[in-house]
Amino acid sequence: MSRRIVEEISTGSDSDYSRWISWFLSSKGNEYFCEVDEDFILDRFNLTGLNNEVANYAQALDLITDQLDDEVQEELRGSLDAQARLLYGLIHARWIVTARGLAKMVEKYKRGDFGRCPRVLCQSQSLLPVGLVDIPYEKSVKLYCGRCEDLYSPKSSRHGSIDGAYFGTTFPHLLFLVYPTLIPPKTGPPVDGPAGSNTSASDSKSRRRSAREELPDVTGTESLGEGISTASVALKAERYRPRIYGFQVHETAKLQRWQEAMRDRQVGKLEELEARGG
Amino acid sequence: MSRRGEEDNISGADEVMEEPEEQEDGYTSSTPTSTLTWISWFCSLPGHEYFCEVTEDFIEDDFNLTGLNSMVPFWKEAMEMVLDVEPDEDAAKIPDVSIVESSAEMLYGLVHQRYILGRAGQQSMAEKYESGIFGSCPRVYCIGCNVVPCGRSDIPGVDTVKLFCPNCNDIFVPPSSRFQGVDGAFFGTTFAHLFFQNYRESAPAPFWKPPPSGGASLSPRSASGNRGSPFVNPNPYGGQKRAAGYVYVPRIYGFKVSERAKCGPRMQWLRLRPESPEQLDQVDWRGRWIDEDEYEDDEDEQDRQMEDFDPDAGDDDDDDEGDEEEEEEDAPSGQQHGQRRTDGISAVAHAVRTLPSGTRQDMPVMISLPPATGGKVKLVRQWTTVQPPALTGAA
Repeated sequence: MSRRIVEEISTGSDSDYSRWISWFLSSKGNEYFCEVDEDFILDRFNLTGLNNEVANYAQALDLITDQLDDEVQEELRGSLDAQARLLYGLIHARWIVTARGLAKMVEKYKRGDFGRCPRVLCQSQSLLPVGLVDIPYEKSVKLYCGRCEDLYSPKSSRHGSIDGAYFGTTFPHLLFLVYPTLIPPKTGPPVDGPAGSNTSASDSKSRRRSAREELPDVTGTESLGEGISTASVALKAERYRPRIYGFQVHETAKLQRWQEAMRDRQVGKLEELEARGG
Repeated sequence: MSRRGEEDNISGADEVMEEPEEQEDGYTSSTPTSTLTWISWFCSLPGHEYFCEVTEDFIEDDFNLTGLNSMVPFWKEAMEMVLDVEPDEDAAKIPDVSIVESSAEMLYGLVHQRYILGRAGQQSMAEKYESGIFGSCPRVYCIGCNVVPCGRSDIPGVDTVKLFCPNCNDIFVPPSSRFQGVDGAFFGTTFAHLFFQNYRESAPAPFWKPPPSGGASLSPRSASGNRGSPFVNPNPYGGQKRAAGYVYVPRIYGFKVSERAKCGPRMQWLRLRPESPEQLDQVDWRGRWIDEDEYEDDEDEQDRQMEDFDPDAGDDDDDDEGDEEEEEEDAPSGQQHGQRRTDGISAVAHAVRTLPSGTRQDMPVMISLPPATGGKVKLVRQWTTVQPPALTGAA
């Protein structure tokens, strides 16, 4: 079945769709996935334990790596495709928390492949996929906004049916831990912004920065974020205030004052910690 | 088919002519009226699902239209179109029907903004709300709470319609692009909030108590609370329903991301709910904690900067200043002493805080902070009388 689709797509485009991974990534609904390097898949250490999660593990792996014998029966192929998807998803969850995998997802993040935050005051902040649990077949994928630090459901139903375990609970938070420069500002238009806004201005600079981000070792990027302080960023965050004929609603206003007092308490604590640390 | 091809240049008007005919068939089957009014047609257009039908007698009452005639061009023609009145003979002077159409849309939208604030309008919007026509909140932990349309301005042409979620008190972009053409002013800034004042049982309470089972709180479904026990609003006069109060906690390999990390959580306050009205009352009208001296030093400094112009800045501040002066007299290097003093405080604060830090980001702990800080304040007070080395040794 998959072979037939491969042929259909390959007529329309000149990319290499003979590989299973390329076909999988280009099919509709799989826009959130990035390409896992073949040597990562071929290293059996990275697949530890997955043989218990996936039925027909060996053949599914062969299908992903395009080493499947053509003699496999047709009735097996249908179920094998589902198993290969599951296996690829679980490998993907492990891959995107490696240095190279993170770098690939950063590129997708900057392109806005995961969509934009629906919260009005986040000003179309780019989102990141996240799972609520790391076990497959439990919860579908959600989207994490680094600006309001909240979770949203994907707009499209074809993304809403993707398993959250294919991205894992760790990924977006590890990304911002490794790339602190990518932590979105709490106010103003997003830095990654609509495409082309900041690339033309400082081309060489951004190229140099992206080159450094592609480096597998983490230490280079960590020193970049050394000077950033995020202790009091929450004070800049905008929020919506419900009003009736221009007057704030009492109960909501009281709740919001309390929430902001909680925020101020955290900011005070973090600033104190920072002053002691630095 | 050929006719449609010829009239490409006025395809807009063509659509307008065709649509009502299509709608009419469906419409007549459900209601006895044989002809479709302009209002029904307008509300049935794609992208106009959020509008409710304004009654004609509301539009015919001039009092309800006060001030609108200066905002809508071709007022008379627009009124005739909205109310399906046969146009006068001299209507031929209007160059294009589409101009009157946009005027009629503006007129209807602005009347709609006023209508949905009234009893009848609120009721018809409530019916739409109950049937979920406005959609639900995209935020995962609002667990599909229904939203209402909301404008960011009452003046047309400023921004498109948004959706207000009563659970997270935030506004969102409608999921479909067909609402990008709908003006937010046609719903106004007031409607959403007046609606939840009128229909209290539809609004989630501002209080939330986490369910006793802590481990299950990861999944949104269990976070909605155990359905078995009926919800008791901590505010007996509130009348609201149970809130979906779980706040997302970021985790790396199962461990909560510390707020001391640069990428640590900074925005949880935005969705946080207190457990009881008493906790709300701990914050005064200026948004400051009452009876809490945790950041006394910082706040006193802010007070002096901000309230210099205020003649009665408060006797407490004066007393504090007096104390500090005495200390400066005692110690020859007043600056250093002050610096060491804050160090001592933060050391104590750290010692106190490191205890619950593991569960810190969990809300029950965060909420139960005030008593803990009360204990710490005593330590700080002790300090001023005790020698510094003794305290650091104790801490």
